[in-house]
Amino acid sequence: MVGSLVFDFFVFPGLLFTLAVGILASWVVRKVSALIQWRVGPPLLQPAYDIAKLFGKENIIPEGGAEWSYLIAPLLGPAGLLLASIILIKSNYLGTSFIGDVIVVLYLLVLPALSVILGGMATGNSLSAMGSNRELRLMIAYELPLLLSITAAIVKAGGLKLATFTGQPVAASISGALGFIAALLCIQAELGFIPFDTPEAETELMGGPLIEYSGPLLGLYKISHLMALLVLPLFLVTVFLGGFSTGWGALWGAIKYVLVLVGIILIKNTNPRLRSDQALKFFWYGAAPLGLLALILAVVGDLIGMGWV
Amino acid sequence: MNWKSWGISKSPWLYHVNTGSCNNCDIEIVDCLTPKFDVERFGGKLVGSPRHADVLMVTGPITRKSKPRFERVLEAAAKPFIVAAVGTCACSKGMFHDAYNCVGPVRKVTEAADEDIMVLNIPGCPPRPEAIIDGLVTGLDQLKEVKL
Repeated sequence: MVGSLVFDFFVFPGLLFTLAVGILASWVVRKVSALIQWRVGPPLLQPAYDIAKLFGKENIIPEGGAEWSYLIAPLLGPAGLLLASIILIKSNYLGTSFIGDVIVVLYLLVLPALSVILGGMATGNSLSAMGSNRELRLMIAYELPLLLSITAAIVKAGGLKLATFTGQPVAASISGALGFIAALLCIQAELGFIPFDTPEAETELMGGPLIEYSGPLLGLYKISHLMALLVLPLFLVTVFLGGFSTGWGALWGAIKYVLVLVGIILIKNTNPRLRSDQALKFFWYGAAPLGLLALILAVVGDLIGMGWV
Repeated sequence: MNWKSWGISKSPWLYHVNTGSCNNCDIEIVDCLTPKFDVERFGGKLVGSPRHADVLMVTGPITRKSKPRFERVLEAAAKPFIVAAVGTCACSKGMFHDAYNCVGPVRKVTEAADEDIMVLNIPGCPPRPEAIIDGLVTGLDQLKEVKL
């Protein structure tokens, strides 16, 4: 029992697996971006080299910062994503699920953004405080449409368990498709990709909240980003596209995951960055009404008994 | 092989320090990141903070005014890191050899600040992007054997 728990946390759906897939996904992001920009791009293990190097470097604690929150904040992101990935993957291929685990996963997915905000505020650097501020504003912007579209999917699938979504592609209906589009845009912001990368704006804020972080703690933030690259698209695949199962279902699930990931990369590489206020307007006046429409359609379709609405 | 220096040679994150150069070398450094030369093939990328840097790309002969700033950048950078002196001015002061207001070259200032910092010289006025990439790759290749 303890052995299988340790295996779950550290080997298969847990740490090693998410890290390995995350490294591959991060390489895919950089390679596809490079190909779009007509470059050659980095070698396959580049993200692994980056992290190995960061763990060999000095860890600087800035003067005038809040030491404890500076040290603890980077751990929150990987911890939340690790738990989320275990819940998601196990509910998909084993069917082990409990009532309300969609909500648990939604809460766990907030942790990476919170860890960036906390870490940025703790450094005592004005640029990183500005970055944290922007991250907070972006979070306020994308949480509403994300929750609305996930609620639409829950109404559509008829249950709060992740296992009910498996094998039942919600996006094959009008409300589900609308919700999927809104959620995809929110995931883009949650990953911190262009057009919603104001917090880490490299050209003005020089890395935003992470400007003072160096060495292993920066490596933990990079690890958190790698894991988010696996967990967030997988969450979309599970909730909207029917998830995956064992055998050939796993392959089909992997194909869906890669398609969602490539979609995110294409949006990333073909758009300019939005200002903070533009992003807020985009989510509240653009994506949130879309999510609300999806929710209303899902409820109406449920009441009149038409599955395709 | 030393794993810390191996890591740096595999993923050198570049930080750009201008210590009074004429902007020619700076443009050539930025050229290295363009699709034609693509320094990301070797894992390199430009970072905005010295805390993230592995290679400080220094251009210019280090003027009297920029020396304290450069020393602060050396203090702020996370160890281990190396310094790459890009351009003739940074390597040997070049035409500013007898100038009263230049205290370079880079190696002299880094040795005064910390004896252990390794300096990689990439001469040229300005060095072509090919020369910068060649210098970086050859230098980082030799770095693998060195204990930082």
